[in-house]
Amino acid sequence: MMQPLRVVEANARVYKRIWKGSAVTAFLNPILFLLAMGLGLGSIIDDNPAVDGLGGVRYISFIASGLLAATAMQTGGVEGSWPVLSGIKWTKTYHAALATPVRVTDLVTGNLLWLAVRVTLSAGAFAIVSAALGVLEPIDVLAALPAAILTGMAFAAPVTAYTPVAKDETRLSAVFRFVILPMFLFSGTFFPIEQLPGLLQAVAYITPLWHGVELCRLSAIGFDTTLHPLVHVGYLALWTSVGWWFAQRNLRKRLQP
Amino acid sequence: MPDQETAEVRPARAASGGNLVTAQGLTKRFGEFVAVDAVDFSIAPGEAFGFLGPNGAGKTSTMRMIASVSPVTEGHLRVLGMDPASKGPEIRARLGVVPQDDTLDTELTVNENLYIYGRYFGIGGTVLKRRIDELLDFVQLTERRGSQVEPLSGGMKRRLTIARALINEPDVLILDEPTTGLDPQARHVLWDRLYRLKQRGVTLIITTHYMDEAEQLCDRLVVMDQAKIVAEGSPGALIAQYSTREVVELRFAVGQQEEVGHRLDDLAQRIEELPDRILLYTNRGDDAVGAIHERGMNPESIVVRRSTLEDVFLRLTGRRLID
Repeated sequence: MMQPLRVVEANARVYKRIWKGSAVTAFLNPILFLLAMGLGLGSIIDDNPAVDGLGGVRYISFIASGLLAATAMQTGGVEGSWPVLSGIKWTKTYHAALATPVRVTDLVTGNLLWLAVRVTLSAGAFAIVSAALGVLEPIDVLAALPAAILTGMAFAAPVTAYTPVAKDETRLSAVFRFVILPMFLFSGTFFPIEQLPGLLQAVAYITPLWHGVELCRLSAIGFDTTLHPLVHVGYLALWTSVGWWFAQRNLRKRLQP
Repeated sequence: MPDQETAEVRPARAASGGNLVTAQGLTKRFGEFVAVDAVDFSIAPGEAFGFLGPNGAGKTSTMRMIASVSPVTEGHLRVLGMDPASKGPEIRARLGVVPQDDTLDTELTVNENLYIYGRYFGIGGTVLKRRIDELLDFVQLTERRGSQVEPLSGGMKRRLTIARALINEPDVLILDEPTTGLDPQARHVLWDRLYRLKQRGVTLIITTHYMDEAEQLCDRLVVMDQAKIVAEGSPGALIAQYSTREVVELRFAVGQQEEVGHRLDDLAQRIEELPDRILLYTNRGDDAVGAIHERGMNPESIVVRRSTLEDVFLRLTGRRLID
């Protein structure tokens, strides 16, 4: 049972050397987004009497609660791809770890536990920024953190599963360009998905991000969820566990043929 | 070179009941491709055992099965008395592995690489610190302890990888092409370290396509070619069995080699014609050289040398180790 924790420890030691850069990004991104989209765009939207779809909530608070989930998604996706590919192909540290008593299942589980820590850190940074700017209530945004972390894992695990079977790194870039970015834009982060045409709306229902956004809004700004909250939680948990299972299978095939 | 013998690297524990590794009919297939074809071998405690063969002969696949990171397709394999299929983690806990590519974390320091690896084995605290001190001393990297790995030379990275492989005081040290890509001086430093480990009773399993490396390090070796073992023995015994004591190497001017070839037939027990030279296998090289001069042939160069494993390989397979 200790082995996954040793993998977490190894990751933490590596992170200790690079945390400064990632901390700057973690705080700067939310500041830039909230200022540009929230204050800039939001001031136009909030002043428009025709807009009443946000239930009296300021636009900046609306997107902040969505961005919390999207930030977690971004971190989960990024950390489940390049560092994993590096372990497989560039530094090959996964090969090194698997020459020890560490098994593939330990490596995957430990790595995902570590990604939960990373997602928590970046979502936490977002929470701090949004509370400090007075965009979200500190207590509410804290309550929304578990939902954000679960959202991050619903991406970290499937992306980790995809990385070992990706033909090359351009395929990974494609994941961000054609999966993560469209989700970011069309899964309810910036506007309610009811604004989308019917077919796209159906697509949005399938995306894990939409479920994460729904859950974050419930806690952060008191919006009712479309489905029962437990359905949203269950859907995200499903993506996480299926990803976790396939990550082990695919990594074993790649590293221990 | 200052004496580095202060480092304590514990000799191998004797495995229960004879051999550390036993393989019978060991086979590895990747789909249709047969990488290792029903090989038999056994490795005794304390010996330096080699797999010699050209690239693609199946050496690395065999090693990966021994290292319990690649499932056996067919046949019987026991490592430290255990079955890798069911006891992988237990076996790996007692092995040290130096892979073909350095798998170091180049962003981390020398010390951090060793520390993290030690943690994977569940070693910690002062025990781990002390071992890192000893191992850095043993591989002569104490001064680079705090350096990042990235800028280290190829030889230093290899030595660090060896130190890392020794962090769990393994019973068996597995080295896959340990000196490929190193310059001659770095190779000799590395051989020296490996020789010291051997002196202390650490069992070494080495793959190499360098016959000089096999001769330097191995007590016993198998020659692999096209997924099979084609010969087995000590370097000396293999040379005695498959070659002659001496070899005369003749180089002729361009176009001349074809003309003279048949006029040498009676001068040696065996003749190999390579594209760039002719090899005469004989136990008395000087006599052959004398006869060549008497017959009025004048090669551009004549070298008389001892037989090596390269000659053994040539004899067994009709090809050279490194093309």
